[in-house]
Amino acid sequence: MDSTVTSGAEENVWGGGNQPLGASYGKLMMWFFIVSDALTFSGFLAAYGFSRFKFIETWPIADQVFTHVPFIHGNFPMYYVAFMTFVLIMSSVTMVLAVDAGHKMMKNKVIIYMFLTIIGGAIFVGSQAWEWATFIKGDYGAIETKGGRILQFVKADTGERAALADFSKTIPGERVAQQSKDGVWFYEEASLPSYSLNEVTEGFMANPNILIRTEVINEDGEKTLLTREESLAKIKDGKLVVEGANLVRNEYGSRLFADFFFFITGFHGFHVFSGVVINIIIFFNIILGTYEKRGHYEMVEKVGLYWHFVDLVWVFVFTFFYLV
Amino acid sequence: MSHEHKLEIFRGLLKFKSNTQKIWGVLIFLSIVTTVEVALGITKPHVFVANTFIGMKLLNWIFIILTLVKAYYIAWDFMHLRDEKSSLRRAIVWTPIFLVCYLIFILLFEADYIYNVFKDGYVTWNF
Repeated sequence: MDSTVTSGAEENVWGGGNQPLGASYGKLMMWFFIVSDALTFSGFLAAYGFSRFKFIETWPIADQVFTHVPFIHGNFPMYYVAFMTFVLIMSSVTMVLAVDAGHKMMKNKVIIYMFLTIIGGAIFVGSQAWEWATFIKGDYGAIETKGGRILQFVKADTGERAALADFSKTIPGERVAQQSKDGVWFYEEASLPSYSLNEVTEGFMANPNILIRTEVINEDGEKTLLTREESLAKIKDGKLVVEGANLVRNEYGSRLFADFFFFITGFHGFHVFSGVVINIIIFFNIILGTYEKRGHYEMVEKVGLYWHFVDLVWVFVFTFFYLV
Repeated sequence: MSHEHKLEIFRGLLKFKSNTQKIWGVLIFLSIVTTVEVALGITKPHVFVANTFIGMKLLNWIFIILTLVKAYYIAWDFMHLRDEKSSLRRAIVWTPIFLVCYLIFILLFEADYIYNVFKDGYVTWNF
């Protein structure tokens, strides 16, 4: 008969009503989501590792790709990504402080810390948008060979990268971009590169100071620099001028590199964006006093978990995309 | 909700007076680790690049280990796993670790095999 008896004092493991993991339903579900999302990200990063090991000798070197800082010209590998990492960790800290203030039921402190968290998230998403724009635009330009490999150009005397504009000839009478008004059946074409293959090749022949750098990584962990003779032979394989990056080809090297960059940082950026939106909703709920009335700030703790997870994922993306 | 916070990190080496202090302490630690990572990434010391361990540069091992250290402190202190029951902690941590190690092992081995096929096969991939 004791199965019908319900008393608060009775603690039966299978009787229901107890919390074997010591966490509320909502928190547990957030953890379930985080674990499954972590597996999704791991899948992406493992796929990245797969492609990288497959093309281990020709994979682009990250600090030769991400070298820009907004508003400043020059070669600053990694600095901006490090800044972004710091912003995200910082916004994680303000989030924990918000959760901590929530436990103490200090509404105004929670409001301030949540606001700072949202600002941090917004700065990060903005930085990522800028990073994408820079990556898509490209800076030096390159030539793609018949075999789909990328040839980059280096100045022989200084060892610096040479942009296509530095040495290409301007040959008048070259093809211009077609427009739909020029032909009845013409729909559209992608915008032409700033220099045609012919212009780049002619300029390369005329300028003995320019050497070709191939994708192949040598024993010192650097990209192979060809001699002038080898370069002159190699330029004949050129098929296309590549500027910047898209999903098909990019001037940095392996095509998959740009694809994974867009996919993984994009998926992460989407998480940050949703995190910011959720944080804003919670932010207004706090201001309206919802959690004050409810008597606890567990909702802040739950979005906090999600927000920290986004930070956690970035730590891994940062390592595997930018450092390793 | 009353929460008990465990206020010591580095296995009790460093004890904080309040949860807020611990948060700032962990931030400082994470910032130092990130700075070290970036500094190593930019300078690339020759010792770590020239030597390898299980087919990977020492530098990359350092990066991965430091990343796992950072992940530990984010999960343990920011996500409060330190304060949760050990059963919850184990369920959350070991499930992905097991699956991810398995996935990485399979994919990287397969990738290395394909790399060798490309390299030693009788087909020209770069022409």
